[in-house]
Amino acid sequence: MADVHLPGTLTPLFAGLPRRVDVEADTVGAAIAELEQRWPGLRDRLCDPGPHLRSHIHVYVDRERAGLDTELGPASRVDVVAAISGG
Amino acid sequence: MPKTLLLVGTRKGAFVLESDADRKKWNLRGPYCEGWPVYHAVHDPVTGNIYAAAASEWHGSAIWRSKDLGETWTLSSEGIGYDDSSERKVSKVSSLAARNGRVLVGVEAPGIFESRDEGETFSLLSTLAGQPGSEAWDDPANQPPGHLGISALMLDKDDDSRFWAIVQGVGAFETTDGGTSWTPRNRGLRADWPRPHEEVGFCVHRLVRADDTRMYQQNHVGMHRSDDLGHTWTEITEGLPTEFGFAAAAHPHDRDTFYVVPLDPGHGRTMPEGKATVWQTRDAGSTWRPLRKGLPQEDAYLGVLRSAMTIDTYDTPGVYFGTSTGQVFASNDEGESWSEVASYLPAISSVEVAIVD
Repeated sequence: MADVHLPGTLTPLFAGLPRRVDVEADTVGAAIAELEQRWPGLRDRLCDPGPHLRSHIHVYVDRERAGLDTELGPASRVDVVAAISGG
Repeated sequence: MPKTLLLVGTRKGAFVLESDADRKKWNLRGPYCEGWPVYHAVHDPVTGNIYAAAASEWHGSAIWRSKDLGETWTLSSEGIGYDDSSERKVSKVSSLAARNGRVLVGVEAPGIFESRDEGETFSLLSTLAGQPGSEAWDDPANQPPGHLGISALMLDKDDDSRFWAIVQGVGAFETTDGGTSWTPRNRGLRADWPRPHEEVGFCVHRLVRADDTRMYQQNHVGMHRSDDLGHTWTEITEGLPTEFGFAAAAHPHDRDTFYVVPLDPGHGRTMPEGKATVWQTRDAGSTWRPLRKGLPQEDAYLGVLRSAMTIDTYDTPGVYFGTSTGQVFASNDEGESWSEVASYLPAISSVEVAIVD
């Protein structure tokens, strides 16, 4: 079960979405797909068509920069970060 | 007594300024839309919904909707996007038009998405494919950000199948069949640069409708008037301090009265000499007069963007504009006198007015 940490800019957009979510998934992409099932529309907030992560959304799996294909271990920590922009 | 609402789109969310029919005292609400950059916010007079086109650098583009005049909001981007295989991409949603539950969304790269369910879901209506100039906006090298979006949409007041779209740096186009086919409407406009096509290559900033046949526009080079619903244009710049500007408004009850905010061209794009001034014609552009009462006349280097000026429909219309430095100015007497009704907002992209019971 991956321990997914979401940015504070995301949670106000979806009713009941917490900052930390436990997700059963093999990859980052599958974790986002699982979140999309539970909070429809969430995938669009993190991914561009392609699909690939939006340019200012950074994901880290166990502190390493990750992409949608990055595999998750049984107890991975996934940090989703809204990065760089916003000034 | 009706309420008068100003919907203000800013770099950091949407705001609502609220007054009554007298339009003397204004109360500010917001920020809304979680502080996302809002490029345009509009009111649908039939459903009562407010829609805001917003594009977050983190979370992409979406249309926010409020069913309670701005108190609560939801967002959707379902269906707003080109095919995954397309080289086109939606970098931002930039313009809105809404009526009868239908919402039209202009995006960058140029395309128009439509919702028929009050902004729940969207589908691609048109990319104006095949129009002269489309090879430029379809060129992968010209994909956004920074290139060629639908900067404005203007509905017909009666006919839902007719509307106009401005493609930034290309020109205005009209459809009379709901977006299936298009016709460029730029004849007679001036352009001070080479153009590859006879019908396009014009920089239309703002298009406004005066009545059944008359339109005005603020162009990159000059103000223009059309007396045949945009089929042909005549320049009416003479008498204004500059030919450049973005914002414009047409009087709702007098087809000869039109307002613009001339700006210095080039990089500055602020009001000339630091004197905040709205210019008005009452004779369809033959002569112009400055409207300055109540506007700052010293060190006021204000900019006003293309969607940031509007006019209401009261018998004595109110005129409103918002600045790139966060002020909103309002007049309740057709522009004769002005007051600053908000002073410290984020940079303002758009101002629209709604009268609600």
